[in-house]
Amino acid sequence: MEFIVKAENLVYKYVAPSSSDENSAGDTTDAGVPLLALNGINVGIKKGEFVAVLGHNGSGKSTFAKHINCLLQPTSGMVWVNGISTADEETIWDIRQSVGMVFQNPDNQIIATIVEEDVAFGPENLGIPPSEIRKRVDEALATVGMSEFAGNPPHHLSGGQKQRVAIAGILAMRPDIIVLDESTAMLDPNGRKEVMKVVKQLNEEEGITIVFITHYMDEAALADRVIVVADGKIVIEGTPAEVFSQIDELKAIGLDVPQAAEIAHKLRNHGINLPQGVVTPQHLVEELEKCLLK
Amino acid sequence: MLKVTIGQYYPAQSFIHRLDPRMKLLCTMLFIVFLFFVNNFLGYAMAFVLLATVIKVSKVPPKFLLRGLRAIIFIIIFTAILNIFFTAGETIVFEWRWMRISQEGLLNAARMALRLTMLIIGSSILTLTTTPIQLTDAIESALKPLKKIRVPAHEIAMMMTIALRFIPTLIEEMDKIMKAQMARGADFDTGGIIKKARSLVPLLVPLFISAFRRAEDLALAMESRCYRGDIGRTRMKQMRYALRDLAAFIIILSFIAGIFVLNHVAAVYGIW
Repeated sequence: MEFIVKAENLVYKYVAPSSSDENSAGDTTDAGVPLLALNGINVGIKKGEFVAVLGHNGSGKSTFAKHINCLLQPTSGMVWVNGISTADEETIWDIRQSVGMVFQNPDNQIIATIVEEDVAFGPENLGIPPSEIRKRVDEALATVGMSEFAGNPPHHLSGGQKQRVAIAGILAMRPDIIVLDESTAMLDPNGRKEVMKVVKQLNEEEGITIVFITHYMDEAALADRVIVVADGKIVIEGTPAEVFSQIDELKAIGLDVPQAAEIAHKLRNHGINLPQGVVTPQHLVEELEKCLLK
Repeated sequence: MLKVTIGQYYPAQSFIHRLDPRMKLLCTMLFIVFLFFVNNFLGYAMAFVLLATVIKVSKVPPKFLLRGLRAIIFIIIFTAILNIFFTAGETIVFEWRWMRISQEGLLNAARMALRLTMLIIGSSILTLTTTPIQLTDAIESALKPLKKIRVPAHEIAMMMTIALRFIPTLIEEMDKIMKAQMARGADFDTGGIIKKARSLVPLLVPLFISAFRRAEDLALAMESRCYRGDIGRTRMKQMRYALRDLAAFIIILSFIAGIFVLNHVAAVYGIW
């Protein structure tokens, strides 16, 4: 099987800035000690896959995301995108064109003062002819459902709308992969739903590979595959059903499980006969109905 | 909520609004330069007629323009006063102790005041009828010839765009910090000017820290969208000169030629 993103023994070491202001007593000796943000990641992501990367703060999940887009270079190990190594200086711009990144803070990734000008920013950087940019911008805005805001200034939009504009800006570059680096973390529940819907649609209809970095379990439950990262290592990997049935392991590394999975787990412990792998509310409702009808 | 007036744009459909921003920039510069060549009141009258016509055509309400003048009225008065007292002249109009006001001084003061007023009105017409984005594009293309001597034209324009983009964001943030501090008992309203200035320090520090963090995020976002300066860059919206731009240019040029002729005539016949 051909992998569109592949990492082998990926290690990223960084020297923590001395944090004497924040944790004063006793910590001064630790300042300047190199930390392993990523400690031997081996992963392959298939074309068209929807992968969720889960982990709590400081687990290394965002560091991993930045390696896919050449924003960071591995200390050791390799990362390939479309078969090209990210360490190659010559092809950095090709990789950045095929891997789009959506970041956490919607305000800090919009460059222009008008929505459509912002969407045009990426293709402009790629040197695409003006008429083609126009076409791509209109298409991208239509895909994310933001066409009616094309001429608006971005600061009047809601968080979810801003993230959709950011996604449109990436779509206009015609990427193969979109990496969402905690893009829903600063949004309200409605905004999160909006973004999730667009991402799902891009994955299913346009066949774009999605790497979705999050700490919301309910969002991860919608992915094809879930990778759980802790302390720079992959600790659990599999379908949402497989991953979220390991409730005790998840709790041990300080992560929650989706509410539906937790309820199913507790019900099973009380002797109610529910199958393994119930992670979404809809699935739980179906299974409970079956139980009640028996 | 704080109000922003920098680069304010008055949306309307007019001949002036539709002009190419580069042409507008050029005409405004020419107008400003030649305001300083005029030294007779007939010339000022002509400049005023031109300005009035442009304002009328641009559909910008004169009220809007005057509001812009209010902010700099102090500077105009100050310059005028300086000119009145410090121009050495022969025909003394008024003398009391060390004060000596000459006819030349009064004339100079009037000239400076008129020049400054028209300069401000002229440049406000440019910003009122041109969107900030158009204006930065025009500035970029105006600076293009300077690229040969390593003036970073594209970078300057990009910085202006980003600054304009972040003004509302930072103002919103300032508002939030202010409210958070007020909730904890900070006082921004009472006290003298020094106390007020001092109370701004705890506002500015968090604002600056957050601005730096935003800058870092933005740089990362720009890089991940393949930004690498203006190497191989294209633009979605291209500027094109139209016939109306030529017309505007001819009007301005003939106006300037007119002023030159007048200046000459005035010099020959001794009209002030």
